[in-house]
Amino acid sequence: MSDKLMIGGKELNSRLFLGTGKFPDNRLIPEVIKKSGAEVVTVALRRIDFDSEEENMLNYIPKECILMPNTSGARNADEAVRIARLARAAGCGNWIKIEVISDNKYLLPDNFETVKATEILAKEGFVVLPYMCPELMTAKRLRDAGAAAVMPLGAPIGTNKGLKTRELVKILVDEIKLPIIVDAGLGKPSEAAEAMEIGAAAVLVNTAIATAGDPVIMAEAFDLAVRAGRKAYISGVGAIKEYAEASSPLTGFLND
Amino acid sequence: MGFYEKYLEYKAFNYEKYFERISDEAVLRIISKDVLEELDFLALLSERAGRFLEQMAVRSRQLTLQHFGRVIFLYTPLYLANYCVNQCVYCGFNVTNDISRKKLTLEEVEREAKAISSTGLRHILVLTGESRRESSVDYIKQCVEVLRKYFCSIAIEVYPLDTEEYAELIEAGVDGLTLYQEVYNEDTYSEIHLKGPKRDYLYRLDAPERACKASMRSVNIGALLGLEDWRKEAFMTGLHGKYLQNEYPDTEISVSMPRMRPHVGQFQPKYEVSDRQLVQIMLAMRLFMPRAGITISTRERAEFRDNLIGLGVTRMSAGSTTVVGGYTQEEKSGGQFDISDGRSVEEMKRMIYGKGYQPVFKDWQAI
Repeated sequence: MSDKLMIGGKELNSRLFLGTGKFPDNRLIPEVIKKSGAEVVTVALRRIDFDSEEENMLNYIPKECILMPNTSGARNADEAVRIARLARAAGCGNWIKIEVISDNKYLLPDNFETVKATEILAKEGFVVLPYMCPELMTAKRLRDAGAAAVMPLGAPIGTNKGLKTRELVKILVDEIKLPIIVDAGLGKPSEAAEAMEIGAAAVLVNTAIATAGDPVIMAEAFDLAVRAGRKAYISGVGAIKEYAEASSPLTGFLND
Repeated sequence: MGFYEKYLEYKAFNYEKYFERISDEAVLRIISKDVLEELDFLALLSERAGRFLEQMAVRSRQLTLQHFGRVIFLYTPLYLANYCVNQCVYCGFNVTNDISRKKLTLEEVEREAKAISSTGLRHILVLTGESRRESSVDYIKQCVEVLRKYFCSIAIEVYPLDTEEYAELIEAGVDGLTLYQEVYNEDTYSEIHLKGPKRDYLYRLDAPERACKASMRSVNIGALLGLEDWRKEAFMTGLHGKYLQNEYPDTEISVSMPRMRPHVGQFQPKYEVSDRQLVQIMLAMRLFMPRAGITISTRERAEFRDNLIGLGVTRMSAGSTTVVGGYTQEEKSGGQFDISDGRSVEEMKRMIYGKGYQPVFKDWQAI
């Protein structure tokens, strides 16, 4: 059965997106990408050292991957837009993950500024994937503004706390007819599987893989979990029951 | 009226009494807390908490890994001028010191920039002494214009400025400020700053806040360790950092914990800070402010710096000199202080990789 994810006119086999910060060595990245099966890789423009052969992160990302630069460091819509334009001008393609963070304490995204940036960049022809706090009205506005997908956080970035926003993400899955990609907070493969089971179209993982004892094995583990969760979702997970269902029902006599 | 109010709140605080009451259990409980209160942070700076460095280190390592990953950001200082009108007893640039004074011409700035950027560094910290005549805001601005061609991020460590002047420098391409209060204790401050505009304690204390108001992207603060009781000074530094984080959430706040180094002049630090104590400060700081950057410069010895990787440090200087023109010129002017770790950028890079961390040369893109 074909179960491809379509975003911005691209057909994706893998539903695991990868972040590239926090790795002990960029030279690990090709192997991590290979073992994770990821096809979409996000890189902060602020970290790309275009002038250095050895330190330029882009040299470690296979050409067949879709590069999704992100606007890390943007404090408002205007800065996000400027970073996005710089990224495109530098040859990083037209996918952009919008990250607008004006709170360095919790690193929570600024939904209001994110909508503004999405509006501008979608009009300029970018494939816009905004990172956001899961909130239905904002998700609708992002959709109306031309987002290609919506990326709610599972927990504050870098915390590895898991799918703490489960109920809110589920509402987005049910109500927004765009791919919902859980980005940030997933610390274990089981949590990625959980996000996929409730209908997320994909997940984006960075910290959990980059800071694992063996990032390559962890990348593979996430790949397996994402695929398992997806299969569970499309096969139809059985309803959770609040009470036991006796094999000889108490009201069975009524059918006679 | 800013952080000074917080300073006053603790001015009459009985530290000794508070430290006496701290139990082993209290320290262990604080280490496992998610969010530390002000007095929790102070407890971690106590002598008693010094017995639990390993437990603090485990937590600090975990928090640092989680928020920053296995990376160390690298930068280097570039001294533009060492003219200074102040008399700070602990500084080599003290106006009464007979050292050779120098100010780089724009051509010299460009030569230094070329030499530094050829090592791969993309972040630069420019410094001057305090002389509005020799190193005016206009002069700094002109230097920044030159440096923009070579660096992705330019931070300044110069005398305190007005909000409008910070805004002007940001407009020119500056994105970071480093400014040490030197000493938070107001009385000690006035004893060691004998003459010059730096005697104005409050103007300096409020400078980081003025930079935040001007929308500076990152602000780095610190106290010069050795001038006062380090437990109180580290406490004030943390509170100052937290205050700025709370009031200006869109500015990245980081802290340094510079220890006094030998310099030209007779002044000897009254309060020695041992390696163990410096580590305690760093760990307490990390637990109190999990997302704050922590900088360790080449003031510290190579071996000690190496061991700090993985404990909480996020930013290190490399291949540094505190001499004006020190990267390209034979004829040396007087340096601000002696550095301890003289390794080249390449050597630092190899060491960081060897520790299982990635040296990051570029973490900002001028936009």
